[in-house]
Amino acid sequence: MGAMAPRPLVEVRDLQVSFVSREATVSAVNGVSFTVMPGEVLCIIGESGSGKTVTMRSLLRLHPPRRTVIRGHMRVGDHDILALSERAMNQVRGAVISMVFQEPMTALDPVYTIGDQIAETVIRHEGGSRRAAMARALELLNLVKVPSPERRLRAYPHELSGGLRQRAMIALALSCRPSLLLADEPTTALDATVQIQVLIMLRRLQEEFGMGVIFVTHDLGVAAQIADKVAVMYAGRIIEYGSVADVLLRPAHPYTLGLLSSTVHGQTRDAEIEAIPGSPPDLRALPPGCSFAPRCRFAVPPCTAAFPPTALAGLDHAASCLQIEAVRGAVPAHADA
Amino acid sequence: MNTEAQGAAAPMLDQPADRGGRAQPMLIAQGLKRYFPIRGGLLNRRVAEVKAVDDVSFTVLKGETLGVVGESGCGKSTLARLLMHLLVMDAGSLIFDGDPVGTEQGLSLRDLRRNLQMVFQDSYSSLNPRLPIEESIAYSPRVHGMERGQAKRIARELLQRVGLRPEYFGGRYPHELSGGQKQRVNIARALALNPRMLILDEAVSALDKSVEAQVLNLLGELKREFNLTYMFISHDLHVVQYISDRVMVMYLGQVVEFGPVDTIYAQPRHPYTAALLECRLVVDPAGRIDTPPLVGDPPNPINPPSGCRFRTRCPHAETVCERTVPALGAWNGNTAAHLVACHMAHPGSGHSRAAPAPVVH
Ligand SMILES: Nc1ncnc2c1ncn2[C@@H]1O[C@H](COP(=O)(O)OP(=O)(O)OP(=O)(O)O)[C@@H](O)[C@H]1O
Ligand SMILES: Nc1ncnc2c1ncn2[C@@H]1O[C@H](COP(=O)(O)OP(=O)(O)OP(=O)(O)O)[C@@H](O)[C@H]1O
Ligand SMILES: [Mg+2]
Ligand SMILES: [Mg+2]
Repeated sequence: MGAMAPRPLVEVRDLQVSFVSREATVSAVNGVSFTVMPGEVLCIIGESGSGKTVTMRSLLRLHPPRRTVIRGHMRVGDHDILALSERAMNQVRGAVISMVFQEPMTALDPVYTIGDQIAETVIRHEGGSRRAAMARALELLNLVKVPSPERRLRAYPHELSGGLRQRAMIALALSCRPSLLLADEPTTALDATVQIQVLIMLRRLQEEFGMGVIFVTHDLGVAAQIADKVAVMYAGRIIEYGSVADVLLRPAHPYTLGLLSSTVHGQTRDAEIEAIPGSPPDLRALPPGCSFAPRCRFAVPPCTAAFPPTALAGLDHAASCLQIEAVRGAVPAHADA
Repeated sequence: MNTEAQGAAAPMLDQPADRGGRAQPMLIAQGLKRYFPIRGGLLNRRVAEVKAVDDVSFTVLKGETLGVVGESGCGKSTLARLLMHLLVMDAGSLIFDGDPVGTEQGLSLRDLRRNLQMVFQDSYSSLNPRLPIEESIAYSPRVHGMERGQAKRIARELLQRVGLRPEYFGGRYPHELSGGQKQRVNIARALALNPRMLILDEAVSALDKSVEAQVLNLLGELKREFNLTYMFISHDLHVVQYISDRVMVMYLGQVVEFGPVDTIYAQPRHPYTAALLECRLVVDPAGRIDTPPLVGDPPNPINPPSGCRFRTRCPHAETVCERTVPALGAWNGNTAAHLVACHMAHPGSGHSRAAPAPVVH
């Protein structure tokens, strides 16, 4: 990165999140660092329970304060997230950073119409009259291509199909022109024909607004469709990071390689899918070395001694692995085209 | 099940006998219908109905995997529950291995359950939270008259079989398991009666890719070992292609296309199937889709469009599509193995893209 490089929109340094209870301490995020440039889409992929949602919620400080220990540094725009007062954080939520959840019903209030909810958010953050806010709500529903938007302004969430609800939630999230959109598996519950519509729309809006986006998914096809950069998480750490083409076509970490080969994609029938053996580690008692080592076919003794340092696998492509060369040799040739 | 394969294992219930022989389809569904009433108004009267499953007929052959795809809400889960007789059908009949189900001389519901089991879509909530998983699995064999210790031994064997060590997992409660582990328990539970056929409703959809691969491999092994027939419902078109022998495509409560998996994937004849397949995402950023293959949302199932239900989103819709319901039939007089419900595929239908009607001598 040269001296002229523009300042990232998001800078996260050594984020650590653990949940403390009487029985145990769960280390959900264990030293995560990444940046997102303005207008860039970063996809976080990884195993269930690897800390993707916890990382996103940390940026909004949505964890239960009493039971959560957060360490590290997070900056979004000019805001030092961990240093903000609760009041300032409330202003940041929605206006600077907003979030789209996996299940839209958790974000939409069932007793208010779609129009009321969007208008209310606009007024809370930007002031202005109710009439102006309603006009803005209509504009937003148009923007996310909700058919018959005038009628839908007056609809309650349960009166909309899954795809329309998802679009209404995106409209709500965009209502205050955030500079960072956090999207947690926003299309997982949708079927193929509607999912692709929402993805294309999100990508177009993001380009139009110059918004930064962090997008969590476990569908590699979705990542290929929408990401500029991809971060792969395993047991609370980012173990590989790079451009979408580098990570998906030239993976450097054994876990990413395993994820790719276990994805069902035109394999011949009757042949087994190459699954990763074993199961993810217990976050209450992480081993000292690489957390993936017990399941890794490339593992060598030093892997279990200490967590492997991050090594470059290419320009702006890095992986925390001692065996990058061996992994590279195992990537199917066609993927290198 | 034959005794050789059992070895020294605890004797399971015998797998119900193959009564109809190899050529007899495992299951024949005819004209299945289920409308859900929508109540409202002052007297809470029936004001409308959702035509969730509307005249669906198909067969499942012995030993095959039938994949079922279609948009969310098109009636896949309702269809599965009708087959299981967990929901009463408004019309239609079911023949299981040659025997009508639920009639005087036919198969009783109890016998049907011995033959046909299901893994549910919302498997997170389908295990009893207050029972250790071992007991959840042992429950059905107990209900079917098996002695307690014996049922428990079978439960532990099945746990082992689905890759969960019984000594670690047997006593655990559902909340102590990950999603993939719970799904394995559900599969073990469905196998506890040693059935001949399993309906798997989105059985891998909630899992992440590495666990999904493990469960799919497990399903393949179990199918060979227990000689099972599957009906596999899923949103994931890649998975359906991998696992199915034949595929049934549904749209708004009806079957729109049915045929061998390779034919359907290589030469879809229904415009909905074609659009659905075009929505498949590839793991390569060079293969991004820029324009949606299909726009809009599926219409309201309470008031489906007249004629062909897909016509409101179909790029080829013509007047005939509005007026006449297309029958599910062999396309262009081709083999009966590939069925499609589209006027374009039926000669003489009146659609400008259909072949002319055959000349009858
Ligand atoms: N409030 C909490 N208290 C205790 N543990 C928590 C809490 N929130 C999350 N966890 C734990 O932190 C870990 C990471 O969870 P997270 O939700 O980030 O996973 P994820 O990567 O988003 O997984 P998925 O793909 O299944 O959504 C998990 O083990 C989870 O059980
Ligand atoms: N108990 C019920 N009462 C009223 N309507 C119902 C009921 N169960 C299902 N429906 C409706 O019937 C239709 C078919 O639902 P079903 O669950 O069978 O769809 P599906 O194809 O399984 O969808 P998905 O892919 O989302 O699981 C939907 O419109 C649904 O809202
Ligand atoms: Mg999550
Ligand atoms: Mg369903």
